[in-house]
Order: sequence, then structure tokens, then C-alpha cells
Amino acid sequence: MDTLLQQLINGITLGAVYALVALGYTMVYGIIGLINFAHGEVVMIGTMVAFTVIVSLAGSAMAPLMILGIGVAVSVVVCMVLGWALERVAYRPLRHAPRLTPLITAIGMSIVLQNVAMIIWGRNYITFPPMIGKHIYEFGGASFTNVQIAIVTLAALMMLGLIYLVHRTRIGMAMRATAQNQHVAALMGVDIDRVIAMAFIIGSALGAVAGCMVGSYYEIAHYQMGFMLGLKAFTAAVLGGIGNLAGAMAGGLLLGVIEALGAGYIGDLTGDFLGSHYQDIFAFIVLIIVLMFRPSGLFGERTGDRA
Amino acid sequence: MKGQFRRSVAGQRPWLGVLLLTAVLLLVPFVAGLGGQAWVRIANFAILYVFLALGLNIVVGYAGLLDLGYVAFYAVGAYTYALLASPHFGIHLPFWVILPLGAGLACMFGVLLGAPTLKLRGDYLAIVTLGFGEIVRIFMNNLNAPVNITNGAQGITLIDPIRIGDFSFSQSGTIFGITLSGPQKYYFLLVVLALLVIVVNVRLQNSRIGRSWQAIREDEVAAKACGINTRNIKLLAFAMGASFGGIAGGVFAAMQGFVSPESFSLMESITILSMVVLGGMGHIPGVILGAVLLTGLPEVLRYGIEPLQRAVFGRMIVDPESLRMLVFGLALVLVMRFRPAGLWPSSQRLRELAETAD
Amino acid sequence: MSEQPLLLEAHEVAKHFGGVKALQDVSLTIRRGEIYGLIGPNGAGKTTFFNCLTGLYKNESGHFVFDGVRLEADAPHKAAAVGIARTFQNIRLFGNMTAIENVMVGRHLRTRAGVLGAITRNAATRAEEAAITRRAEELLHYVGIHERAHDYAKHLSYGDQRRLEIARALATEPKLLALDEPAAGMNGTETEALRVLVEGICRDGVTVLLIEHDVKLVMGLCRRVAVFDYGEKICEDVPAVVQKDPRVIEAYLGGSVA
Repeated sequence: MDTLLQQLINGITLGAVYALVALGYTMVYGIIGLINFAHGEVVMIGTMVAFTVIVSLAGSAMAPLMILGIGVAVSVVVCMVLGWALERVAYRPLRHAPRLTPLITAIGMSIVLQNVAMIIWGRNYITFPPMIGKHIYEFGGASFTNVQIAIVTLAALMMLGLIYLVHRTRIGMAMRATAQNQHVAALMGVDIDRVIAMAFIIGSALGAVAGCMVGSYYEIAHYQMGFMLGLKAFTAAVLGGIGNLAGAMAGGLLLGVIEALGAGYIGDLTGDFLGSHYQDIFAFIVLIIVLMFRPSGLFGERTGDRA
Repeated sequence: MKGQFRRSVAGQRPWLGVLLLTAVLLLVPFVAGLGGQAWVRIANFAILYVFLALGLNIVVGYAGLLDLGYVAFYAVGAYTYALLASPHFGIHLPFWVILPLGAGLACMFGVLLGAPTLKLRGDYLAIVTLGFGEIVRIFMNNLNAPVNITNGAQGITLIDPIRIGDFSFSQSGTIFGITLSGPQKYYFLLVVLALLVIVVNVRLQNSRIGRSWQAIREDEVAAKACGINTRNIKLLAFAMGASFGGIAGGVFAAMQGFVSPESFSLMESITILSMVVLGGMGHIPGVILGAVLLTGLPEVLRYGIEPLQRAVFGRMIVDPESLRMLVFGLALVLVMRFRPAGLWPSSQRLRELAETAD
Repeated sequence: MSEQPLLLEAHEVAKHFGGVKALQDVSLTIRRGEIYGLIGPNGAGKTTFFNCLTGLYKNESGHFVFDGVRLEADAPHKAAAVGIARTFQNIRLFGNMTAIENVMVGRHLRTRAGVLGAITRNAATRAEEAAITRRAEELLHYVGIHERAHDYAKHLSYGDQRRLEIARALATEPKLLALDEPAAGMNGTETEALRVLVEGICRDGVTVLLIEHDVKLVMGLCRRVAVFDYGEKICEDVPAVVQKDPRVIEAYLGGSVA
């Protein structure tokens, strides 16, 4: 079963999720230059909320797909509120503080959210109830499920929606202007506070959907799941050139594929010295190598020092 | 004129402060010992963290480099000690061979990681160091098969204590008529090490190298135009920080007698960084305060939360471990909100802050 | 008085930013001991020329020969090491360091104390540190702001900041001092004091390359002047000739009022 095609399919599924989460990092970074460490935790909360909603509705007469839809919708709303609150309460007061200050705050918020989740949902793994009857399709020796199709399709749709939003709407234009130059944008009448809040809200909404995808794909959730996921997604954002939306999408997909291929072939490459439990190191090794040769990421713009 | 005046006032009774501090430092292990050796161990960890935080202060506070993988160097030092002084490989080298070796190895890793990445923008450096920390931890966790090097998640046990001749730091013994427990002996060793790193920090700050670091922090382009090879000077800070991490790791392994990958999680890096930033980046007394507070606070909470809950609710409502972390996280957020330059910042940082607020 | 040997030769230096040709095959030579002026309308490429010379930008083609040696100026600190010091158009001091500390940073290149020296504070290091301090004090005296030695750079007046930047540049012991609009924002008295200072620097053996908009200052100070327009050197001669060159008048009157 472990064909190249199979690894690619799994990689693309994973990559689609990374890309969605990476967008949340890159939008915030592009506009206020903050690594929002707590974003991974927002995604985790998204998964957990969807889980709670779905479990509590599971006994009702509603169609499973309907229940899943409600779960995702509630989770999106909760995360949007959470993202907005994070910005409003934790980051906004620090907008003019030294660079490290909001970063430490983000780390603090990440710890807080993780432990709140642990208090609410417990420290054990919870099983995410499958709401979509799983179908397995065979194709050229590889197999994929309808869940995977749903994940990739939904992710693609959301990314298209985001591109439309950023390039075709007023708020999107305001966001791009703010990312270019906050002061000038403000002088032109852009409401900076609103733009920044929107970046958090949209990023969190995408993250919530991604969280639901992870839950449906692995059928498992845990209060610490946001950490590694967030880290990988951030890596994907840097890989693509942080602040660059298309870069985040490409970086996410690329990272997913690299990880799947790496995990699949590392044993063969190292004569079984290193096994597939090294999957997590690929993201970082690729990151270090890419940054050595392209310090602004694969698609990032080069910005030189100006005298 | 004003500076001279201030100096002379502060210089009137410097011995008084030194005397007071010495007395306190001497008394701590005995006072803590009254509450049990566990408290002495906590004091030891506080000092070990002072050491680590001041090592990281060179990187973050002086050179302005954001290192989120500091714990990797700590791990390199700890595993170097563990592998070369334990029954795991049956090697038992003396500490004065291993500690410098661990420092050297950590330094080498620092240079290997820093050389290609230090030219990156600050945030990229943060994520690369973070990634490096994770790589090191994953390797430690998994290098037990097919060849057992690190013994995986079980970690390495029965590590030799630091021993000078017949004098072992792990057993209690009598020196000058005073009976000292193992942890109390380590306490004094750690104090000596901490004083060493304080001297290094102070002297570096007021030196040619220290000025270059500050210049780079202020304006990297201007620093280059002044002829400073910024990459090398940054690498120097990075390597020095890594070496101190390596030494701390070795002492940690010897003191605990046990190491496992669990001790070297990202959370540990974050904690050490928080000590530096929370206390007051680049300001030695601030960093020391940060280290002591952040080591002490969780312990106080650990011993305080459970009885408090029982007293108020009559039973345990919330898992004390998560509540402890919750308070830790909130403390970070609140301190950054209300004292963004740290609890005890240097006048220097306050000025820089005032400037960015303009 | 015979011609002095060449100190700097620029050979067909070119630099583009995207489609904009900031410098187009600029060649010029500066002789040891002269004050050489670089003038031209805004955006003519003067600062870009400085940045290429000091290694801040990498020119796409052409090269510099400094003191007989071809510059491999791929890094600003190397340019400083061979003896090219500069100031910046928009003053770049270390604002939260004192004036004297700023100058002491300039001594970095010509001193060697490392980490071990700093930690042990041995006799050699202490002697070097004392020498650094002494030299920095001398330089502050030299540019006339020694009373402000212990004030933070960002608290100095505009004119004093310009002087401090010159002192910091001189601390690197340059053969060539490149000044980027040192008189910008100065009043008449300050400009006059600056003129005296630059003349003194030149008399003490440092060659000066000067970008300036203050035409009176340039004409009074410089022995030779080059005029840049749209990234090209359109003229180079003694001030009196340059002033009358129709191309120069065209560049200034046709362009924005500089």
C-alpha cells in the first residue's frame, strides 16, 4: 500500500490542513508582525468545541451530516470570538511595546488556553465521533477516503474564498494596505484596529475548520494537539514566505507532502537506522535548509536594508 | 557630574550589601533544610535556572537574538554527562572532563546552527531555534533503536554524582564541623557557578564585545558601517549562551542522577526565556529575579493549590497541575501587559521602551 | 605641488532596482588628500553610489579600486576595515548609548579584546579599554562636542548628532571619509563650523567624499566636484567650471529645485 501515490495523497490531505492553519499565522504576521503562538491553541479549541457539540447532538434525530455541519458552525463562531478576544485583550494593549513583549504574551495565552482546555475536556485523548460514513476508493494501487476528498475540497474552497476576500473586497484592500504600511493606511482613513481584528477573526475561523478536519481525519482529539499542529503550520507559513497568503498555501501543501514522503521513505534512506517516528523532524530540517538558501522563504519578497 | 555623584553615594557602603547578600546565600540551604530536603532541591533549581537564564541573557538580552530552542544546548550538556558517567555505556569519566566537554559540544552545536541562520530576521531565527530544539528532543526520544544510544523515553539512570576525590556531592557529610546533606552541598556548588556566570555577564556588558552587541541591537546597519562583523559577533553570543547551557545540563544530570527527554521540552525553553524577559532583559538583577520567581511560583502553587481547594470546596475541583500552569500563563500575560520592560528592567531598557512608545 | 596618488577609482559601477537604473556605469577617481564633492538633484544616485562603495548594496557590474586594491566589498564591515568610513543621510547613531560610547564602538575595528579578555579583564584588556576611552575623548574634542560625552546620543541636538556621527566614523581610522549630506538641516552658523571641521579633517590626512545639497558649501570646500543626474555622472571638474556647465544647469533647473 505504501506507494508513492499513496504518500502523495496523504501528504496533500495533511498539507491542506497545514495550509489553512498557516493562513491564520501569516495574516496576523503580515499585518502586525507577531508570531501568534496561541493560534495552534485556537485550532485545538475549535476541534474540542465541535466534538462537544457533535457528541451532545449525536443521540438526536438529525442527519449525521447536519450534526457535523452544526458542530463546525458552532466551532467557527466560538473561535472567531476567541480570536477577536485574544487580540482585543492580550495583544492590542501591547501594540507599541518592544517586539518580544507580545511574543511572550502569545506564549502565555497559549499556555492558558491549553490548560483551560485540559480543565474542561480532561487530560486524556477523546474520540471524535465519525459523522461521515467512510467510503474507501481505490486508485492506481493507492486508496483514499471520502473524508480526505471532503477535506481537500473544503480547504480549496476556503482558500479561494479568502483570495476573493483579500483581493476583491473593501476590507481585503484595507488589509493589504495595512500590511504594506500601517501609518500610511491609517492616514488614508483605514481603521487599523478593525483590520487587525479582522485578521484574527478570519484566521481563527479558518483554524476552526482546520481543527474540525483534523478531528474527522484522525477521529481523535487532545488538549495538546494544537501545539505541534501550530508549530508545523507556522513552519509552513515561513517556508512559503511569511506574510504571503499564496506562500502559506503552497508552504502548507509542500510541508504535508514532504512529511508524508519523508515518513514513508526515511527507513529506506537510512538503512532502517531511523524509522517513521522521526516524521516530525522533517518539517524543521526542511525549514532550516530553505531558510539557509532563501532567507525570505520560497515565495517571500526580498527586503534589503535601506541606508 | 551627576553620574559621579550617584556612584559615590552607592559606593559608600558596598561591603554592607555584599555582607548581607553573603549571609542570606549562606543561610538559605539551612533554612530551607528545616522544611525538608525537597525545599533545598527547589532552591538548587532556582540557582540552576539563574545560571541558565543568565546564559540565555547573553543571547537574548545582550545580542538581541530570539532563541526559542535554548533547552537543546542544555540537553546536549546533560546527555553528554549522562552517557559518559553512568552504567549505560559503563563509562565513568570524572566531572572535570565531562563538563568542559559538554560545554564544548553545546558550543559546537550552537555554531553549527547559528552560522547559517544568524543572518535571518529575528522571528525566523526564533522558529529555526525552536525547530532545532524539537529535533534534538525527538532524537533523544528515538535513538534507542536499532542501536541504543540514549535509551529513548526511559532516559538514563544511575548517573554519577559530581565527585572530587572521596568527596561526593550526592552524600551527606561533615565539613568544618557542619553536617551538610547532598542537596546542600550541590547548593554551594551551584552558588559558585552562578556567581561565575554573573561575573561573566557583568564584565561582558562593559567590554568591547558588549558594546558591539548593544550597537547591533540599536542599529545593525550602522554597526556594520562601524566595521563590526555582525554575523561573527552574533555567533559569539550564540555560542557563549550555548556553552553555558551545556554546563548547566551537565550539572543538572549529575544532581538528578537521571535524565530523560521529558526534561527538555519546548516548555522548558519557553520557561527560561520567560525568566529573562519577565525579569528584565539584559539587566542582571532582573534576570535573577525572574529565574527565582518562575522557579518558586509553580512550587508555591503546587503546595498551595491543593490545600486551598480542600479548604474552600472540601474536595479537589480542578486538577492542581493544570491550574498551576494556568496561573503561570496568566502571570506571563499580566506582567507583559503592565510591565512590558519586565519586573526589574535596566534604565537602558526603559529608555529604549520610551523611544518605541514615541 | 605634484598630483597626489589615486585613492579611489570607480570603474563603470552600475546598480538597478527592478527596472530603475539607479547608477549607470559611473566612473570617477578621487585623489589622496582632496575633498571631492558629489552633487545632483534628489534621486540622482548619490546615496546609491555611497551604498555600493561601502558594501551596503551589491553593484551589478563595475568595481572599485581602493588604495590600489580591488574592493571585494560584499560586506560593509570589510569596507570599513580597508579604510572607508561613512555617515548616513538620515543620521544613524546608537541612540540609547552615550556620545562617547558611540565613538568607542567605532574603535571596534582597530582593537582586539575578545571574550576571554573581557572576562578576565587582564592588563592588556584594561590598557586597551583605557586607550579606547582616551581616543574617543580626543575625537569628541576634535569635533567639538566633548561637553556632551556622557549624554545619550538621541538627546543631542541635530548638529551635534551630525558631529558625533563624524567622530564615530573617524574612530575607525579611515583613509576615506564619506559624508552623506552632513549639512542637511543645519543653520548658517552650524554649516560654517562644519566647513571648518571638514577642512581640518582633510588637513589631518583623511580624504573626504562629500554628498551635499548646499551648493555654497560644496563650492567652498571641494577641489573637484562630480554631478550626478538620473544615475549618470554628467560632469566632473573644479567647482568654478562645474557651475557654468550647461548640462548641470539643465539638470538642476529641469529637475526639482534641490
